[in-house]
Amino acid sequence: MPSPTTAATTGAEGVKDAVFAARSVVKTYQMGEVAVHALNGVDLDLWPGEFVVLLGPSGSGKSTLLNILGGLDAPTSGDVFYRGEKLTAFNDSALTRYRRDHVGFVFQFYNLIPSLTARENVALITEIAPNPLDPVEALALVDLDKRKNHFPSQMSGGEQQRVAIARAVAKRPDVLLCDEPTGALDVHTGVLVLDAIQRVNAELGATTAVITHNAVIAKMADRVIHISDGRIAGEERNTKKVAASELEW
Amino acid sequence: MLSALDRKLLRDLRGMLGQAVMIALVVSAGVATWIESRTLLASLETTRDQFYERNNFADVFAKAKRAPNALSERVAELPGVARVETRIVEGVNLDVPGLDEPAVGTLISLPENREPVLNRVYLRRGRRLAPGRDDEVLASEKFVDANHLRVGDSVTAILNGRKKTLRIVGVVLSPEYVFMVKPGDLVPDPKRFGVFWMQEEALEMAFDMDGAFNDLAVGLAREADLEETLFRIDQLLEPYGGIGAYGRKDQLSHLLLTNDIDGLKVHGTVAPTIFLSVAAFLLNVVLSRVLALQREQIAALKAFGYSNVQIGWHYLKLVLLIILLGSAIGIPGGAFLARVFTQMIALVYQYPDLIIVLKPSVVATGVAAAGGAATLGAIGSIWQAVRVAPAEAMRPEPPASFKPSFFERIGMGAWVPNVARMIIRQLERRPARSVISVFAIALSVAIIIVGQFLQDAVDFTMEQQFFRVQRFDMMVATIEPDTPDILYELQHAPGVLRAEPLRTVSARLHNGQHERRVSLVGLPEGGQLFRLVDSSGAVYPPPTGGLMLSAKLARLLHVEAGGVVRVETLEGQRPDEDVPVISLIDDLQGLNAYTTLDGLNRFMGEGPRINAAYLQTDSELKLQTFRDLKDTPKVASVTVKRNALESFHDTVAKNLGTMKKINLFFACIIAVGVVYNSARIALSERSRELATLRVVGFTRGEISTILLGELGLLTLVALPFGWVMGYGFAWGLTAMVDQEVFRFPLVVERSTYGIATSVVLAASAASGLLVRRSLDHLDLIAVLKSRD
Ligand SMILES: Nc1ncnc2c1ncn2[C@@H]1O[C@H](COP(=O)(O)OP(=O)(O)O)[C@@H](O)[C@H]1O
Ligand SMILES: [Mg+2]
Repeated sequence: MPSPTTAATTGAEGVKDAVFAARSVVKTYQMGEVAVHALNGVDLDLWPGEFVVLLGPSGSGKSTLLNILGGLDAPTSGDVFYRGEKLTAFNDSALTRYRRDHVGFVFQFYNLIPSLTARENVALITEIAPNPLDPVEALALVDLDKRKNHFPSQMSGGEQQRVAIARAVAKRPDVLLCDEPTGALDVHTGVLVLDAIQRVNAELGATTAVITHNAVIAKMADRVIHISDGRIAGEERNTKKVAASELEW
Repeated sequence: MLSALDRKLLRDLRGMLGQAVMIALVVSAGVATWIESRTLLASLETTRDQFYERNNFADVFAKAKRAPNALSERVAELPGVARVETRIVEGVNLDVPGLDEPAVGTLISLPENREPVLNRVYLRRGRRLAPGRDDEVLASEKFVDANHLRVGDSVTAILNGRKKTLRIVGVVLSPEYVFMVKPGDLVPDPKRFGVFWMQEEALEMAFDMDGAFNDLAVGLAREADLEETLFRIDQLLEPYGGIGAYGRKDQLSHLLLTNDIDGLKVHGTVAPTIFLSVAAFLLNVVLSRVLALQREQIAALKAFGYSNVQIGWHYLKLVLLIILLGSAIGIPGGAFLARVFTQMIALVYQYPDLIIVLKPSVVATGVAAAGGAATLGAIGSIWQAVRVAPAEAMRPEPPASFKPSFFERIGMGAWVPNVARMIIRQLERRPARSVISVFAIALSVAIIIVGQFLQDAVDFTMEQQFFRVQRFDMMVATIEPDTPDILYELQHAPGVLRAEPLRTVSARLHNGQHERRVSLVGLPEGGQLFRLVDSSGAVYPPPTGGLMLSAKLARLLHVEAGGVVRVETLEGQRPDEDVPVISLIDDLQGLNAYTTLDGLNRFMGEGPRINAAYLQTDSELKLQTFRDLKDTPKVASVTVKRNALESFHDTVAKNLGTMKKINLFFACIIAVGVVYNSARIALSERSRELATLRVVGFTRGEISTILLGELGLLTLVALPFGWVMGYGFAWGLTAMVDQEVFRFPLVVERSTYGIATSVVLAASAASGLLVRRSLDHLDLIAVLKSRD
C-alpha cells in the first residue's frame, strides 16, 4: 500500500497509483434561475484496499461525489481517474462496463429486486460478472446463507441491506461504494451491516468508501474525509480502527 | 378559475398523456363504430322505407304466362288486397353500343296516361314516357352509368325475335331494383343487365299480350293475411300459368337489403362492446397504477379533510376527460366511417339518395355508453385507493410480495434464467391483469383473422363457384323449354367447343308446413361443364330417382337425406308429387334442388325438353359466338362467366378491401392500446428496479429485455389464443351468414394467421419501442434517493 500523505491528494503522478483520483471536480445543478453548487472543486485520492468514510452534514455533496466516482453521474468540470483511466472521458456504454466489472454499490434503500429471492438477487450480478463469487458464498459473507431462498418482502431491513452488500461484493469489485448504508436502519441492525462491510473490505481487499453523516461510524475507517459545502474540509487518519461491533451511538 | 385540485388533475393527465391518448383511441373506436353502425342502420332503414313508401313498393309479386286483364278485378276483391297493378314483364337480349358481349334486359310495362299504383319509378334525369311513343324507354340508372350512356342514346333489344331500337328518354330508380341483379345472379352486373320501363301498348304489341298481363303486383291492407292472400292469388292465376306468388321476403332486392340491415344490427352491437370493454379494462389497470403512485397524496388530501367522495370524483373526472377526448375523436370518426360505408353501399344499391343523419340521440348514447363503461372500469380501482385510512396510506406500501412461479414449483426452476424468473413472477403476481391483457391482445389477433377470413371465404367461394362448379364459359337460356334440337344448333355455333343441356322448372317444395320456392335443375348424366361439388371438393353425379338438395334448403324444409318432399311444379301440366330426397350437398350459394335431366322430364310428363345449355367456347372466336347467339331467335339470354366473375370482383372484392382496411386499423388500435399501456405500467412499476440494474452494471439492452420480455411473453402467449379465437369468430360468422343466397365456407388460410400474427407482433414491437425510448432516459440517481 503506498503511503498516503497528509494531504488528501498527491501530485499528478499519484493518478496512476490511486484507485480513484479526483481533480478540481465541480458539480453544478441548474435549478431554473439558481445554480446549486453541489461540489465546489474537490481533489481526492483513494488508495487500494483502503476503508474510507466520507463524513458530512446532509446536503454537503457526499452522494454527488460518490455517484461521480461510481460512474453514475458526470462532473460539470474537473476530471476523475480510475486506476489512471480518465473516467470523465468514458461514454455511456464504457461507464456501464466499468460499473459492471469494477464497482459494487450499496444504497440506503437496498434497491433489491422484489421478485427475486436473496440468492437470485445476487446471482443476477454474478451472471454478468467476469470473475464472481458463488452467490451462496457471497451470502455467507454477510451471514445470510440460511435465508437464501427468501424474497425481500420476507426479510427485515437489515437483512435486505446485507443481501444488497452480498450482491455488491459477489462480483469481487475493486471498489465498494456505500451511500448511507445504515441510514434506514436501527442501531443494532446497522452494526450488523457495517460489520459485513468491514469484513468484505478485509477479506476481499476492495477499496471501500462509506458515506455517512454519523460521526461514530467514522471510527471504523482507515481514513475519514470531512465534506462540507461541496468541498473537502479536512481529513484524518484513525490510528486505531474500531470494529463495527464495538461502535456505540 | 381552476381549483388547485383541478390543476393537479390536468398535470396528472399531462404526465400520462401517452397512455391517455391510447385509451382515448380505443374509446373513440367504440364510439365511432357505434355511431357508424347506428347512423348507417337508421339511414338505410329510413331511406328504404321512405323510398318504398313514396313509390308504393308492392307487398306481393306474382308471375303468370298470360292472364286476362279482367282477372285483376278478382284479385282486387280478395280480402286484404288494397291495390293491384298488372304488368307485362319480359326478358330480352340487348345490343348496347360499345359492348361486344351480350347484355340482357328486363322490360316492364308502364300504364298509359297514369302513374302505376304500385312500384312507381323515381325519375332521376330526363323525362317520363310520352304517350303513344312505343320506342321510348326509361332505363335504370346503374345500367346507364355503367355503359356511359346518356339521355337520348339508344339501345337495341330483340323483342320476341324482332329487333327494336329503344330510345332512353329518362333515367330512373325503382323500389323493386334497389339491388339490381339479373335473376339467377348474386352480384350486380350493371353493365350487362338493365331494367327498362316502356309503354304498355308497345309491350302488348310486341309480345302478343293484348288485353293480358304476365306480372302482378299487389299492395296489401294493414290487416291482411299474407299467406292466405298468396294462396288465393295462386288459385286465381293457376289456370293462366301462374308460377307462384311471393311476398317481399322472397323479393330478391328486398331480401338482400334486409340481409345487410340485419348484419349491421349484429355488427353494430358487437364492435362497440368489444372496444368499450377493452377501454374499461385499460382504464382500470392504468388508474390502479396512477392511484398507487398517488397513495400518499390521497392520504394527505384526506388528512386535510377532503371526503372519499370528493377524492373519488376527482379521479373520476380524469377518466371522464379521457372519455371526452375519445368522444371528440370518435364522433367525427363515426360520421366519417358512416360516409365510407355509404359509399360502399352506393356501389351496389340504387337509391335516390342515402341521407346520413347524425342523430344527436345516437351520439349521446354512444358517449354515455363509453362513459358508463369507463366508470365501470375505473370505479373499482378508485374505490380501493380512496378507502384506505389516511394513516395507513401515509406509510409507504410494503414491498411487493412474490412467490416462486409455477415453473419453479413444478421443478423446472433450474432451467429458468433470472431475468425470465423476474418476468414470470411479475406476471403471476397479478394473474387477473395478465390474463385480461393476454385476452385483449388475443382479441386483436382474432379481429384481424375474421377480417382476413372474409377474404379467404370469398376467394374460396369464387374458386369454388367459378372454377370447380361452373366449368363452362357461357350459359344460354332459351325463351321456352324446347326440344334438344336447339342443343345441336348451339353445338354448331362458331367457337362453341362443347354444349351440355339442362332444364330448370319452377317449383315449390313442401314438407308439412315448411315450404320453399326453388328452381328444380335437371342435369345431364356425365355432364362436365357444371358439376355438383361440395365445399370439401367432392364431386357428385346428379341423383337418379329423386333429388339432391342444398343442405341449407334441407334445413329450411326440415328434411334429411332419405326423406321425402312434395314437389309442386309451377309449369306445364303442374305435376305435384312426393319425391325422395336422395342426398344433400353442402354448397355455397342459393337453395338448389338437382336431379337428372331425364328424370325431370319424366316427372314433368313431357318428352325430352331443355331450356338452357352450358357452353365451352374458344375465346379467340368470342365475338363470332356472341354475334351468332344474338341472332339465334330462340336464345333468350347469354351469361358470360368471366363477366360474372369480374362484376363479383368489382363489387364484393372492392367493398371487402375497404372493410379489411378499417378492420385492420381497429385491431391495431386494440393491440397498440393494450401493449403500450401494459408497457407503460410495467415501466412505471419497474423503473426503480430497472434503474437499479443499470446502476449495478446492466446495459440498456439488458434492461430492455426485462421490460419488453414481459410484453413479448404476453404477446406470444396471446397469439395461439388469438388464432383459436379468430377461428371461433370465423365459425360464428359462417353460422350467422348462413343465408339463403350466400353461405360462407369455413376456410381460414394459413396466410390469414400469418398476417394477423405479424400485424400484432409489429404493433407490439412499435409499442415496445415507444416505451424503450423512455428507458433510455431513466434517472439513475433519483431512484437511489427515494424509497419508492
Ligand atoms: N438532481 C439534483 N438537482 C438539483 N440539486 C441537486 C440534485 N442532486 C443533489 N442536489 C443538491 O446538491 C447538493 C448536494 O446533494 P447530495 O450530494 O445529495 O448531498 P448529501 O448526499 O451530502 O446529503 C444539495 O444541496 C442537493 O440539494
Ligand atoms: Mg446523500
